[in-house]
Amino acid sequence: MSFPWAKQYEPKQPLMRWLDEKLPVPRLVYNAVGAGYPVPRNLNYFWNFGVLAGAALGIQIITGIVLAMHYAANGGVAFGSVESIMRDVNAGWFLRYAHANGASMFLLVVYIHIARGLYYGSYKAPREMVWLLGVVIFLLMMATAFMGYVLPWGQMSFWGAQVITGFFSAIPLVGESIRIWLLGGYAPDNAALNRFFSLHYLLPFVTAGVIILHIWALHIPGSNNPTGVDVKGKQDTVPFHPYYTAKDAVGLGVFLLIFATLIFFSPNLLGHPDNYIEANPLSTPAHIVPEWYFLPFYAILKSFTADFILPAKLWGVLAMFGSILLLFFLPWLDTSPVRSSNYRPKYRGFLIVLLVDVLLLGYVGGAEANARNVILGQLASAYYFLHFLVILPLVSSSERPRALPNSITEAVLTKHGGTSPAQTALAN
Amino acid sequence: MATVEDQLPPGEDPALLDEEVHDPRRRDFINIAAVSFAGVGAVAIVLPLINQMNPSADVLAQSSTEIDISKIAPGQAIKSSFRKQPLFVRNLTPAEIAAADAVPVNTLRDPQTLEERTKAGKKNWLITLGVCTHLGCVPLGAGEGENKGPFGGYFCPCHGSAYDTAGRIRQGPAPLNLHVPEYAFNSDTVVTVG
Amino acid sequence: MVRIIAILVGAAFTFVLALALWGTVSTAITDPAPETAEHEFHLHPRDAGLSSAGFFGKYDRRQVQRGFQVFKEVCAACHSLKYVSFRDLEEIGYSEAEVKAIANQWVIETPSVNPDTGEAATRKNVASDRFPSPFANEVAARAANNNALPPDLSLIAKARHDGANYVFSLVGKDGYRPQPAELLKKFPETKTPDGLHYNPYFANLNIAMPPPLTTDGQVTYTDGTVATHDQMAKDVAAFLTWTAEPKLEARHAAGFASVVFILIFCFLAWGAYQNVWRDVKH
Repeated sequence: MSFPWAKQYEPKQPLMRWLDEKLPVPRLVYNAVGAGYPVPRNLNYFWNFGVLAGAALGIQIITGIVLAMHYAANGGVAFGSVESIMRDVNAGWFLRYAHANGASMFLLVVYIHIARGLYYGSYKAPREMVWLLGVVIFLLMMATAFMGYVLPWGQMSFWGAQVITGFFSAIPLVGESIRIWLLGGYAPDNAALNRFFSLHYLLPFVTAGVIILHIWALHIPGSNNPTGVDVKGKQDTVPFHPYYTAKDAVGLGVFLLIFATLIFFSPNLLGHPDNYIEANPLSTPAHIVPEWYFLPFYAILKSFTADFILPAKLWGVLAMFGSILLLFFLPWLDTSPVRSSNYRPKYRGFLIVLLVDVLLLGYVGGAEANARNVILGQLASAYYFLHFLVILPLVSSSERPRALPNSITEAVLTKHGGTSPAQTALAN
Repeated sequence: MATVEDQLPPGEDPALLDEEVHDPRRRDFINIAAVSFAGVGAVAIVLPLINQMNPSADVLAQSSTEIDISKIAPGQAIKSSFRKQPLFVRNLTPAEIAAADAVPVNTLRDPQTLEERTKAGKKNWLITLGVCTHLGCVPLGAGEGENKGPFGGYFCPCHGSAYDTAGRIRQGPAPLNLHVPEYAFNSDTVVTVG
Repeated sequence: MVRIIAILVGAAFTFVLALALWGTVSTAITDPAPETAEHEFHLHPRDAGLSSAGFFGKYDRRQVQRGFQVFKEVCAACHSLKYVSFRDLEEIGYSEAEVKAIANQWVIETPSVNPDTGEAATRKNVASDRFPSPFANEVAARAANNNALPPDLSLIAKARHDGANYVFSLVGKDGYRPQPAELLKKFPETKTPDGLHYNPYFANLNIAMPPPLTTDGQVTYTDGTVATHDQMAKDVAAFLTWTAEPKLEARHAAGFASVVFILIFCFLAWGAYQNVWRDVKH
């Protein structure tokens, strides 16, 4: 690829040479995730999460395909078909719990992956396209996760579908027509359930396609690293295989350990009890909440309670979608040439506040709407928008970054106790 | 000031990045062990993915059917169902029994006597699956007025297999006699199949 | 340009949020949310101490069988158990013959069709049948129960927060009780209406179900266990935990094996990682 010292694929066996001439798939893999991809040598464990997200998608697709062999997308039988998976299908309980908790693991890993990108400035030039495709993947995942949660046809499934399609009714004039078109009726029913099932099956494959583009776009500039400094030469990189395949295996082991603990020992920890009650269009649960991974956005939606030119409901929906869509503009909002927040003391502080802020939003999203929680949610929502839309552009043009290392290798050697000529020069 | 590219990091030889030099056999054992372990795990996880396609517990549980045979007159047959497959229950007339017994067993493709295909003392009750042993069509002959074929038993319209009054294959492509499921007489009028 | 628009958009959202915040704060001051009886008098469930709880939990089969007896003699009159089959009872220690007998003698029969006339009829249950519902449909169930619908109990232990303990507490000896005097004094308008029953473990404190377990010895256990009120409540909670999660024991066993296997893999992967990187500082 773009590094001249990248190892070239050289098939040794005649069969592999024959294949390489006709259909060079092994070459593609070698260059993408094999020894042919030079990667900065100083990546920390946060760089495991891309591979982990890929693994999580694979697990979701495999368990999803087998669950679809037993699931029936009809309002009359959907809930019962899930129960028969849990009780009668061979290993059905395992497959279903793996798929349900797999969604949580996937989103968890992706959130850490996004946070990594934010902290180390992976969204900045020359990796803007990697970031944009990543936001597209995130949107696809959210749509897939939402539609998947509707399929068991429990109370939370039904009322989640009702509330989320209700967002569209906030659009002036045509909103209600769009909602009815989305549902194929006036409330979620067989038509909605069937189309959600169809799309829930389709979108993961679309996601996989965009992931291929995401990786392709990444391989042109190569991976970012904790210093954010560009790769300058061969000594800054190691081949992806075996160095990062070995490191990713460790990450994968820990991922599977947490995943297995969830599946086998507390499979319903992240679920909601009401989803074990069959959907009932005539009775709303006392306390509707989305799955944990949507809670921060739900909190933003709930925080807009005042009409101002537009009705409060429309503000809430705009803000909720805006809170995600603003990520598309991030590469152009942050003008600092320094990527890694390790060298941006001010911005680093704001990022840590953002992390706490998003966790707070998550808490508020799931908590009851009393005055204290609503106030917390409104303050936290305000910081969320201020951070990305106001603080980030202002700070990046005003702050003075700390001195960057001259190269990745220099940073590594400094960490291991050596002194570099550059640092000696600075000290003098 | 010298650029970093010009310097070899102290204590490091970039050649190491490319090739293994230290006693590869012993040190690489851990790599092989980790990869093998991952392989075993991958195989283990495939088992439930395959096993889920086997019949589920509710399908396996519906394995017995009770049939009331009191209303079947000699010469008549009924179609019932067993494990979602058609089941023929036929009350043979003495003439049909005689026709079945007259056939020399050693000339049959799937040699069986009528005794072997019925219960002792209930030789007139022929209970078979209504599934042609060729490719699974439902043979004719159980319903009133249906074509019983050249041997007076059952006739499969798909590919012309003909069964005799004991449900044995006599003509056409089917390899075996119509299958006799496990069953038992609860009384003279009720049979439990399965 | 992007940044100017962003700052304006950010300012707009913040302004609207500030308005909303002003509204929330002023409402909280001028018109604070009233305290509710549910908030103050609702109790968290008591711990039933079931053997199925915890990472290595297993069902106590004798207890689950006793719970089944309580379900059969008390709950089944009104509550369905529609996702559970008679054949499933073999998992809690009944033999095939016992299951057949239980199905055959079950008071409520399974709906079927008269083979001669085609009219609706019922037949005796067989082992492969699901537990039949006591009412033909929701309308019938409501009509017979003062317009309250007895929920299906198959999944009740998963459909409520802390479900097993909830069931135990709700029907246990201190569940149904007279409405506390201080509640009536503080919230006189929340007096339990006629036809409902005060129970602090129920979400809104007033439950339509009349007390199902009332006296010690209401059920006569065949295994000699003394049927105190709490014992019956605990046993039926154990049974309903099993109906909600019949594969719990297989899950725990598979989980133990998986976690050990993955832990070993983690150590091997760590070793391989150290080995691969031994000569590269990073």
